[in-house]
Amino acid sequence: MRALAILLRRDLRLGFRRPGELATPLLFFVMATVLFPLGLSPRPDLLATVAPGVLWVAALLAGIVGQESLFKSDHEDGTLEQLLLGPAPLELVALTRVFSHWLMGGLPLVILSPLLGLMLDYPSAAFGTLLLSLLFGTLILSLLGAVGAALTVGLRQSGMLLPILVLPLAVPVLIFGAQSAAQAARGEDPTAALYLLGALLVLGVTLAPFAIAGALRISLES
Amino acid sequence: MNTSNWTWFHRLGSPPTLYRLADRLAPWFGWAAALGLAAGMYGGLWLAPTDYQQGDAFRIIYIHVPSAYLSMLCYALTAGASAVGLVWRMKLAHAVAVAAAPLGASFTFLALVTGSLWGKPMWGTYWVWDARLTSELILLFLYLGFLALNRAYEDPRSGERAAAVLALVGVVNLPIIHYSVVWWNTLHQGPTVFVGGGSDISPRMLAPLLVMLAAFTCYFVACLAKRVQAEILERERNAAWVKEMLEYS
Repeated sequence: MRALAILLRRDLRLGFRRPGELATPLLFFVMATVLFPLGLSPRPDLLATVAPGVLWVAALLAGIVGQESLFKSDHEDGTLEQLLLGPAPLELVALTRVFSHWLMGGLPLVILSPLLGLMLDYPSAAFGTLLLSLLFGTLILSLLGAVGAALTVGLRQSGMLLPILVLPLAVPVLIFGAQSAAQAARGEDPTAALYLLGALLVLGVTLAPFAIAGALRISLES
Repeated sequence: MNTSNWTWFHRLGSPPTLYRLADRLAPWFGWAAALGLAAGMYGGLWLAPTDYQQGDAFRIIYIHVPSAYLSMLCYALTAGASAVGLVWRMKLAHAVAVAAAPLGASFTFLALVTGSLWGKPMWGTYWVWDARLTSELILLFLYLGFLALNRAYEDPRSGERAAAVLALVGVVNLPIIHYSVVWWNTLHQGPTVFVGGGSDISPRMLAPLLVMLAAFTCYFVACLAKRVQAEILERERNAAWVKEMLEYS
């Protein structure tokens, strides 16, 4: 437990020393969202209809693209191999790493989403559901993306490969997340979709660490 | 536990044994597939009556349904072989998974193409976001991800194991994807022109379909056997038994 706390503190400190890298997924999220009104039409009624889907797709893409850096620098300087050899179970180490990465990448994205919602005419009464669904969703996406990142960590051309591997797996998250946000915007009850998102999160937290650890072991052997 | 019952399983892990088994199975399944396809085609295209609602367009079912069924069977096989390969470190299981995945991707593609060709006369459009079509499309993406990851590694041993992990993650996700897509679609709009139809299908229509299902499966097994043989030869190209076999044949 102590080792994991140290690891978390180290990851956060390393992350905040390079604020430029932290801002990149957020900027991507903002820009991807801004492209939709430009591409579709700035009519408020149209924007309000597509807003939940647009916000969710942009968050999905930003979350997955941001996962590429998850193990990269640790792999390059050999830290990852030390963690693999260390006494702490690799599954928990991986989970800690995913969590610290989410704190720096996923959480700011969630906090930023109401601002973009305002720009897209998303009703402010439904912000609570939007925040909650994105909170669950970005956590699941971080776990799924970490599996992809662990599988591609040793590869040179991993940039485009990671989204190809992970996006099909992220379909249920997108469906339930965008659905709950849309239902809340229409004034309907979004709890069913939120419960399903929560169930996916529980499943992800339970199973993903084993897949991440297994993938890391394979990647580091080669 | 009696360990001797597992010797057949261990024997399958030996490349020459699996190679000879595939060599023996391929012609049987190949001929069964050829006969079954001929019989099923005849039954489906000539003997089966014209559907009173869909006309002759329904006859594409004899290609569409077997392809869709094999696309899913093949993913289960890929994931199963991957699990065996990862758990028992059986290299030939990975060879089976790698050999099966392109076949599965082809069947998925065939199911999508025939599905959209069928959709044009029935639904009036080549593509609807029907739950089954959509999950078949995502299945194709999963296959392509498996193949892309497998090829991305320079060392084929690592590539097949990484792809195996992905196949296992995919197989856990597949039911969730399927049901989420069904749920998503029913909240929007359901396809109403063609719902099921399998319940009261006439026996003269059903029999060719069953024949085609069996024939497609035989074709798949024959192809898989040949592809596994090719995989084994590529892996064992420096082994003594391969040289011996090639010299005496």
